[in-house]
Amino acid sequence: MVNFILGLIVCLILIIAFMLFRVQTIVSIVKGHPRVGFSNKVNAALMLILPIAGVIAAGWYSGIAAKYYLPEAVSIHGKQTDFLFWVAIYIIVAMFLVTNAALFYFAYKYQYKEGRKVTFFYDNAQLEMVWTAVPAIILTVLVLWGNKVWWNMMSIPEDQKKQALQIEIMGKQFGWYTRYPGKDNKLGRYDFRLIDEVNEFGLDFEDKASEDDFMPKELHIPVGKPVVLNVRARDVLHSVFAPHFRLKMDAVPGMRTQFFFIPTKTTAQMRAELGKPDFNYEIACTEVCGKGHFAMKYIIVVEEEKEFKKWYAEQKPFLENNPEYRGKGMKSLLKKNLADSEKNKKQKELAEL
Amino acid sequence: MATHIHNESASIDALHHEHTQEHAHEHEHHHEESFIRKYIFSEDHKIISKQFLITGLFWAFLGGLMSVIFRLQLGFPEMKLEFLRPLLGTWINETGKLDPNFYLALVTMHGTIMVFFVLTAGLSGTFSNFLIPLQIGARDMASGFLNMLSYWFFFASSVVMFISLFVETGPAAGGWVVYPPLSALPQAMPGSGLGMTLWLVSMSLFIVSTLLGGINYITTVINLRTQGMSFARLPLTIWAFFVTAVLGLLSFPVLFAAALLLIFDRSLGTSFYLSEIYIGGEALPNMGGSPILYQHLFWFLGHPEVYIVLLPALGITSEIIATNARKPIFGYKAMVGSILGIGFLSFIVWAHHMFTSGMDPFLGSVFMFLTLIIAVPSAVKAFNYITTLWRGNIIFTPAMLFSVGLVSLFISGGVTGIILGNNALDIQLHDTYFVVAHFHLVMGSASFFGMVAGIYHWFPKMFGRMMDEKLGYIHFWLTFIGVYLVFFPMHYMGIAGFPRRYYSFTGFDAFKSFVDLNAFMSVAAIIAFSAQLIFAFNFFYSMFRGRRAPQNPWGSNTLEWTAPINPGHGNWIGDIPKVYRWAYDYSKPNADKDGFTDFIPQNIPLYQTPHSNLPHEQELAKIQEAEDREMKKLVG
Repeated sequence: MVNFILGLIVCLILIIAFMLFRVQTIVSIVKGHPRVGFSNKVNAALMLILPIAGVIAAGWYSGIAAKYYLPEAVSIHGKQTDFLFWVAIYIIVAMFLVTNAALFYFAYKYQYKEGRKVTFFYDNAQLEMVWTAVPAIILTVLVLWGNKVWWNMMSIPEDQKKQALQIEIMGKQFGWYTRYPGKDNKLGRYDFRLIDEVNEFGLDFEDKASEDDFMPKELHIPVGKPVVLNVRARDVLHSVFAPHFRLKMDAVPGMRTQFFFIPTKTTAQMRAELGKPDFNYEIACTEVCGKGHFAMKYIIVVEEEKEFKKWYAEQKPFLENNPEYRGKGMKSLLKKNLADSEKNKKQKELAEL
Repeated sequence: MATHIHNESASIDALHHEHTQEHAHEHEHHHEESFIRKYIFSEDHKIISKQFLITGLFWAFLGGLMSVIFRLQLGFPEMKLEFLRPLLGTWINETGKLDPNFYLALVTMHGTIMVFFVLTAGLSGTFSNFLIPLQIGARDMASGFLNMLSYWFFFASSVVMFISLFVETGPAAGGWVVYPPLSALPQAMPGSGLGMTLWLVSMSLFIVSTLLGGINYITTVINLRTQGMSFARLPLTIWAFFVTAVLGLLSFPVLFAAALLLIFDRSLGTSFYLSEIYIGGEALPNMGGSPILYQHLFWFLGHPEVYIVLLPALGITSEIIATNARKPIFGYKAMVGSILGIGFLSFIVWAHHMFTSGMDPFLGSVFMFLTLIIAVPSAVKAFNYITTLWRGNIIFTPAMLFSVGLVSLFISGGVTGIILGNNALDIQLHDTYFVVAHFHLVMGSASFFGMVAGIYHWFPKMFGRMMDEKLGYIHFWLTFIGVYLVFFPMHYMGIAGFPRRYYSFTGFDAFKSFVDLNAFMSVAAIIAFSAQLIFAFNFFYSMFRGRRAPQNPWGSNTLEWTAPINPGHGNWIGDIPKVYRWAYDYSKPNADKDGFTDFIPQNIPLYQTPHSNLPHEQELAKIQEAEDREMKKLVG
């Protein structure tokens, strides 16, 4: 009943609107149609009023939302990109304000007036040069600066590369899994054909390096030490995104990608600073991967080196929990497969006979 | 009394005579056509353009509606959506919420529909078809038949895509970019089943349509320009459509290749994009492929596509701003140069969509350099629009309002490109709402504004009637405010790191803020969408009941306004007009002494306007006069 009445009201409003529209049309036909009417003045005024109101509102909201919009960077490269980011933001906000102001002010100022003398101004080489050169110069500065930061991030110095902690992170529908190299600091070999419900990573235990690898529930890293994330995916594309670390790298099936970073603040420090005892650094997925894309959460724990070492020593290798996998690897799998197919072939031949 | 009747019948006779004469005249250009040939399988570029337009508007409505539905989920995650069950059926799950898989399908279809069906076919298809022959002075496209095919391939593509909305597993749902392996493996999500197959079929048909159309536009512009219509005198609309068609012709085949290889991977067991995959409890046999290959192929189209969408809108805007500012477009040559520059550069920036894909950092460096170069011609265009307004005498028709709005959106969305193009900064912002804000402003909304502006401006030429202006004003202000209120706040969310294509943000501490802002944006989206209903009413109502249009309602210089109010097939009765000047002689000094007001159409010879000619035109006027005298002699 309520719906029916609501529907009736909406219909009535629409009918009234339509009647008003008809009356307006008929009146305008009777009165004749001037080329430029009063509405031109109204539109011109709105061209001035609304953008000003918009800028004031945006400025006001930017102040309020400042505490939300960019979380503190807790990696060395993150501090560099943030600085560049804010400089670039100020530049583009200036560009945005100046050009939009000119656009709307001119639109208002040069609204139609009977008998206004229009300047027949169609070309000016100097002006064109100026506004080709100015953006070009600004962009050159930003590009060169950005390029420097980019290479700081992407090229890992040799000494840091050697001492960096190697961690593997793997995405699957729908979750993240991490693997640490264990005592030998070497990640063992893997193959996707060895994956099963227990051996999620498809580790190859014919490789000695795999034997001490362990897979924790959370990603622990020591503060101030270089870390290399080795990123992989086992089904579809995913993307590792840790907003606080300014870290993002796609996880690609069949291709290993890497991201190098140095964390600068422990979880405990961050909790104290924010006054949130349950704060955690998080990893999210930023490459659409299916139904659970929005729920691929993983926790990063940054801790002092001492704590980290203690935690590291406590972790039990995969093999210790699942001793039946010892020695299982690609060679034995291929051998088994070969034997199976031979057997099948023989059986087939027998059946044919 | 008798004489009176006699007189009346005589006058009827005379009328009849006149009519048959007129008829005979028309007969020279086209013969009587059946309803089907005239309105359905038509080869007339004007009818085809209207077909593109109506189909495009249908899709725009559908695409917009989809965005409203997923905005409800984003803005009001706790809301019960039971009332949508009659429309969406089981896609509303038992708890009365949108199914997460269907959420992704909505996002995907919204993108596909808007980018391809509305802003490529609906925009380019409509205005390239309508304006190219009318503005260059041609009777029709180079090949009316190919043109007809182009529409019907689009129609077939639309039908397939529409059907895909109704299949049991839902339409494609891997994002509009449909990256494999997600899109290649039906076991990865329901949307990668039949829906994805139909998506690929539909897009293949769509590409055929675009290529047929594009080849026709290019040929027509090169070969069928009327006498005097040199490239240097082409209106900027035509320049934009021309370069757009070239971009499409060079890039769409690459998408076709990408789609074809994906079809192979899906159906024939090849491994172009697949390698080392373990899914659904089994290891797939595919080895050696690369998902990155698909991304390169896709974005090789995908980036030019941005400009395929945008350039026609900019061309339309150039024309409308000059006409309604009653002032020549500033820097015509620079505008043409920018269009060409943007067109060329658009082919060598594609990998900026892939900065975090794990590609070589050196490549990332190169693509950042190239990407930021493209900002320069874009900036030049914006400055030239602004300067065109300076010291003009601006008439705010609805088309003009939308054009000014477009320039604002183009700037606001464009400047954030400077940040996203910078690979060091893109790492944090890639695939967040910052990107969503950026491209919805600069590409989505700006192009949509161009399309709407074009409809308001050329409606009188299309249907011989005027659209209601007051409704147009209301439509503009609601849309303009709505668009800014929806997309501007997305920047804040993007900077905070909110990833796009998320069904819900409640799972993460980092994305818990901005709940109110999300609700606010959803309300704004609903208002902006509702405003389009005003437009729809205005459009269809004016088509039949609008005020009758005069021949040249905006006082415009281009050739289409010299054609009859309702041009038949062949556009002009009698000779095609000859062109003597560029399209932007608005408010030329001393034009009144030559008997003109504030505009001098392109078909007026320079020798008829001795007082207003610029110094360099005086010489040209003499040549034109001599030529025309010569011609008269030959004909006479």
